[in-house]
Amino acid sequence: MTAVAFQRALDLVTRVRGVRGAMLVALGDGLVVAEHLMEGIKGPAVAALAASLANRLGRAMEAAGLGTGVFWHLQASEGALLVVPAASGILVVAVTDPAVNVGLVRLELLRAAQVVA
Amino acid sequence: MGEDVKALSAQLAQDPNSLVFLRLGEMLRLRGQLDAAHRVALNGLERHPHSADAHDLYARILADKGDFERAFDEWDMALRIAPIHLGALKGLAFLYFKVGDVAQAVAHLELAQREAPGDPGVVQALAMVRGGEAAGAEAELGLAPAPEVAQAAAAPMADSRVFAGLEGAAEGLLLLDSAGRVLGGTLRDPAGQDVSDAVAAYLAGVSQEAGRTAKLLGLGAWTGLAAEAGGGHVHLAQPTPDALLLVVRDRAVPMGRLAIVAERAAQAARRWLEQQA
Repeated sequence: MTAVAFQRALDLVTRVRGVRGAMLVALGDGLVVAEHLMEGIKGPAVAALAASLANRLGRAMEAAGLGTGVFWHLQASEGALLVVPAASGILVVAVTDPAVNVGLVRLELLRAAQVVA
Repeated sequence: MGEDVKALSAQLAQDPNSLVFLRLGEMLRLRGQLDAAHRVALNGLERHPHSADAHDLYARILADKGDFERAFDEWDMALRIAPIHLGALKGLAFLYFKVGDVAQAVAHLELAQREAPGDPGVVQALAMVRGGEAAGAEAELGLAPAPEVAQAAAAPMADSRVFAGLEGAAEGLLLLDSAGRVLGGTLRDPAGQDVSDAVAAYLAGVSQEAGRTAKLLGLGAWTGLAAEAGGGHVHLAQPTPDALLLVVRDRAVPMGRLAIVAERAAQAARRWLEQQA
């Protein structure tokens, strides 16, 4: 996988109106693989927490017999964090405004996940 | 207005296939005659199942009756039939706002505004939703129910239902504390095995992590965590700072509706926790 492919995946997500930034995170260790975030956001810390959150939720869903998670949406008063796991063990993460079109971002995250799979 | 209802009823009796039931049903709804409005809307829907306006009318009546889950379904159906249906967009915005999902409420109102830029109700509702004025926004959306109905809808769920919800094995509800201990509810896997403790253990600490993530990103306080998996949809809510509520439903349940179910369950859980304290 090349840096160009990673950038292409991030571009798919960040071009959606209302997306503040996006990053690719290794699910296993929570390290940033590639990022396109707004200035001032602590990418490594967010990546670690997002990966940890995804891991916990993933295990809980497996334990509940629901199978593998395909999309996570952390809703907050002033925005949201949307996550789609790729088959390669990379999480595609988007940080958005509160009024973003979640369905559209989800679609682009899924497309980006195919690019990095 | 009495004359109007009489006239419209006569018109409908003469031609049961006409769309006059839409006006009659809405008139009855505005008068607070919800049972009569319900009957008119259902009869109309039977004859016009593909009418987005009929689903919109039925949803308004259900919302007035406090049946928000079914109202959500009906507005959702209206949008499937007519993707930019103004009434359905306003209705869903109202429901999203009611459960605290301001982002979705605003998104639906913005779509409505694009469809009807001159609609003063939508403009006002957008301003009020953004400003957090619940009553004003509901009124602007034309969804404020009659006073007696509003009182009934705002009444808390019966305690028996709360306990059925929290302790019933088949409800897909699990209430846990921040340390991952089960406080109420039961969760079973598709094979029927009780997986409550295992799931609760994995979810320990999720509240804190969700809070820290949202804070680091400048997103404010987290209000919910929804997830899709191959075998179902889940929604996590925080009824109190020390508790977490997990709602699990089949994939057929739309995420928006799940958020509404979760909000109602969280309210029930909050009351239950207060009673236990």
